Amino acid sequence: MRIPETRGPVSSALFKVLVQAPASSAADLDALHAMVAGQLALAADIIGHEDIQLSLFSLYELHYSGLDGVADDWEWEPGLIRIRRMIEEPFEKALREAARKVGREHGVPATGAFTGSQLPGGNPTSDDVARILFDLAASDTGPSVSRYVARKASLEQLKEFLVHKSVYQLKEADPHTWAIPRLTGRAKAALVEIQADEYGGGRPERMHSALFARTMRGIGLDDSYGAYVDSVPAVSLASVNLMSLCGLNRRLRGAITGHLAIYEMTSSQPNRFYGNGFRRHGFDAGVTHYFDEHVEADAVHEQIAGRDLAGGLVEAEPELLGDVLFGATAVMAIDSRLSAHLLGSWESGKSSLRAAVPVAA
Amino acid sequence: MNQEQPETTENGAGEPAASSIVVCPDGPLIVRGEFEIVTPSGGPVPRDRKTVALCRCGASAIKPYCDGTHKMIKFRTERPAG
Repeated sequence: MRIPETRGPVSSALFKVLVQAPASSAADLDALHAMVAGQLALAADIIGHEDIQLSLFSLYELHYSGLDGVADDWEWEPGLIRIRRMIEEPFEKALREAARKVGREHGVPATGAFTGSQLPGGNPTSDDVARILFDLAASDTGPSVSRYVARKASLEQLKEFLVHKSVYQLKEADPHTWAIPRLTGRAKAALVEIQADEYGGGRPERMHSALFARTMRGIGLDDSYGAYVDSVPAVSLASVNLMSLCGLNRRLRGAITGHLAIYEMTSSQPNRFYGNGFRRHGFDAGVTHYFDEHVEADAVHEQIAGRDLAGGLVEAEPELLGDVLFGATAVMAIDSRLSAHLLGSWESGKSSLRAAVPVAA
Repeated sequence: MNQEQPETTENGAGEPAASSIVVCPDGPLIVRGEFEIVTPSGGPVPRDRKTVALCRCGASAIKPYCDGTHKMIKFRTERPAG
């Protein structure tokens, strides 16, 4: 993808550094470092901070398919990794705070306070973990974007919905794939089984990212990767940054499994509603197949992700239960914030996208 | 750290069975391995994935596959205690 439009001093300084060769950028890298430190100190809400979320998104992008005109060497340049970690630390802290709040609201057992298990040491079984996660997903009764999409959304709002989703869905499954070499045994086999399905079972045209691209084309949107990054607000980027954070850091392998489990467990029924919203506007299977496929696929994946992936990991490494629940509640926290933004915008007749960047039809 | 797949069953020869069915609490049957899904007359039921979830609650809109509706209707596979 191309380098995004800047959103403030941090992204300006970052992109100024990235277009240079790593060897000749020491002075600008130092300036960037000072800029990030200064801006982080001022940031009251890092999850909703446009400049910082865009900068983190762009730093992560170097580990995915890169940015046009940016040297591949930047990916592991220590000065840049240092800056990424400077941003990750307060971002993770804010996510943990938001996740704890969700956990309290939904009665999630505090780490170490788990009771009722059959395993020695009071550790939960894989079935226990699946049950905790399914209960958590079922308790998510916040505002529903899927019902709005099914019943009310205008064509323009459907396009906006796809634009928000496109930032992740055009690389669907990629952040969780990073966890595969960090897992062993049952959890690894489970993740590979889910990901093989996400990636189309060997058929590139059936990859979920390819199905999503087809949906975008069908409604007249640009399906090239990253085409709408400039249009989406910080919270949409934060939802993807959460996955990249947990996928790229081995120590957060518990969190990425909890993330995937909740993601799958809150997906089957909403995808049926999403499909209905597009059918209501006269779109056929060419556009709705992505959603219809997810109704069936995610009903399989949620079982494997809850029991074998997250549950299998906790049986192997019981101390990771807390992080599994962190990943699960963090995605709920970010999703409910994004949902509130979408519904709040739409119900007051406004665009949910950044005002300066209208979506071309 | 290395966990055996608990659902792997073994036949008399000590080899893993060619397929397995995971009986999910309050949920579907996950079928994995080598198998065919056929209509009563033996024709193939369309299938898009290797591992499938078969509806057990009866409420799925995409039978024989699961669509997660068991969660909406609070389907329970165990008798309530007491």
